[in-house]
Amino acid sequence: MTSPAIRIVSATKRYGSLQALAGVDLEVAQGEFFGLLGPNGAGKTTLISALSGLVRPDGGIFEVMGCNVVSDYRNARRNLGVVPQELVFDPFFSVRELLRIQSGYFGIRDNDDWIDEILANLDLTAKAGANMRTLSGGMKRRVLVAQALVHRPPVIVLDEPTAGVDVELRQGLWQFIRKLNRDGHTIVLTTHYLEEAETLCGRIAMLKSGKVVALDTTENLLRRFASHSLSVRLEQPEVAAALGGAVTAGGWADFPLDRYEDLEPLLARLREAGAKILELRLGEADLERVFVEVMNRA
Amino acid sequence: MHDGLTGFRTLLYKEVLRFWKVSFQTVGAPVLNALLYLLIFSHVLDRHVTVYGDVAYTAFLVPGLVMMSLLQNSFANSSSSLIQSKITGNIIFVLLPPLSYREFYAAYVIASMLRGLFVGCGVLLVSIPFVDLPMAAPAWIFAFGLMGGAILGSLGVIAGIWADKFDQLAGFQNFLIMPLTMLSGVFYSIHSLPEFWQKVSHINPFFFMIDGFRYGFFGQSDVSPWLSLAVVGVCFVFLAVLTLAMLARGYKLRA
Ligand SMILES: Nc1ncnc2c1ncn2[C@@H]1O[C@H](COP(=O)(O)OP(=O)(O)OP(=O)(O)O)[C@@H](O)[C@H]1O
Ligand SMILES: [Mg+2]
Repeated sequence: MTSPAIRIVSATKRYGSLQALAGVDLEVAQGEFFGLLGPNGAGKTTLISALSGLVRPDGGIFEVMGCNVVSDYRNARRNLGVVPQELVFDPFFSVRELLRIQSGYFGIRDNDDWIDEILANLDLTAKAGANMRTLSGGMKRRVLVAQALVHRPPVIVLDEPTAGVDVELRQGLWQFIRKLNRDGHTIVLTTHYLEEAETLCGRIAMLKSGKVVALDTTENLLRRFASHSLSVRLEQPEVAAALGGAVTAGGWADFPLDRYEDLEPLLARLREAGAKILELRLGEADLERVFVEVMNRA
Repeated sequence: MHDGLTGFRTLLYKEVLRFWKVSFQTVGAPVLNALLYLLIFSHVLDRHVTVYGDVAYTAFLVPGLVMMSLLQNSFANSSSSLIQSKITGNIIFVLLPPLSYREFYAAYVIASMLRGLFVGCGVLLVSIPFVDLPMAAPAWIFAFGLMGGAILGSLGVIAGIWADKFDQLAGFQNFLIMPLTMLSGVFYSIHSLPEFWQKVSHINPFFFMIDGFRYGFFGQSDVSPWLSLAVVGVCFVFLAVLTLAMLARGYKLRA
């Protein structure tokens, strides 16, 4: 039986009177591309820190590839690569020195081939000899990604890796991460860019106040919570209200739409009511709406 | 290519590189400092004071200065490295890898000892033109140099982990390390002190470090070098156990 990439059982952590983690259970299978979402202060970073040994939880079990992060910390840490949320760096060293040192910490010598590959994929080759101090913010963040990958960890956790990274690089970064995922690496991602999570993640957990408030495949979440919507601009917007639409500014009215099959009957009813449609838009269900809905309910 | 010691060796190498890259400040400056002490004190006192009967004051002073510089720089190395890493946040890069707390401790302390030894040797070298220094028992010089570096390196780890801000670290340095060094007999033989202050000196472990170290040069000291070695050894074991316990619990590092 293969162990899950990540297993977290009843994780709790309290900071003074603040319950940062209030009993989190989470299992991520090997090979998944998993999203960990939640508003600021939900406990995402705390959870990741506890998993990586940076924070001592008050209670709970944490495992990476079946290795307990306390009793078998060496193997747990070898299996885990973490890109931290904070933009931290060591000003004493160049990019390449830093990556060599980081490899060494993980017991790996002569890692230059892999380092070169990472640098190329993160578009950092030209900066390999530059001191960390001289890099821009986005470049520093890419070095953080590189540092997390030096030991080829099977499980990679990225805590908001795209904050402050330009569009082109974000695309490049995702391409690289996707490739790693195809090669079998498990990816866990936190981000506040919900479209990013929607397109990348197969499964998503939503965290609020230290609790998991939603956990499902991205597809199911989209289906379960958010409906599509139909927006129409009408000559007489008043009629929309009678048909269950919400009238907004400029003569527009929004109708919730659970399935596309409901579209045809809705249009028929509008026609019957004598509403003349001037403009029409279809709203796709998106993760942002799911997120807002989940957070409001929880 | 994996092997068990690479992690530890890399951390040690990184810690050494960190001070070596700025050796002008981390080794050069303290050597210059000690040289200034030497110039001023020896000029003022050399003709008036002899110690242990016939040892010239300057000759007496040099081992004290060497040891003082060694101790202060061993402390400075681990403490400043840790607090900088904590404040900038890059400490996570040594907390995420599979390094044990023992490896962590050993790397920081050995790097501190090396910095202390570099500075100590530097001070010794620049003082050669000024004094004719015997080396009666070099093994003692070595033993106390290493132990002193290890003790202050450990204290530096404790201070670096405990302090949240630079001024707390400065407080540790100014209110603990400096007074203990200054009152340890760097500049005088405690036999020249009133009896009360002699007694006080005897509860200062730094006194034993410097006294034992000096024995290695002159074959004479205020107390037996074996007693000094015992005191210094007990101190080291105590601090090592304390530091390891802090690290094992993740005190302040893995909150
Ligand atoms: N070291 C700490 N001391 C005290 N409180 C803390 C500490 N670290 C985190 N917290 C608190 O714990 C809660 C969870 O923080 P955490 O950083 O895990 O949130 P997050 O979900 O990562 O948020 P964000 O999206 O802003 O990164 C917050 O209320 C935060 O203020
Ligand atoms: Mg966070």
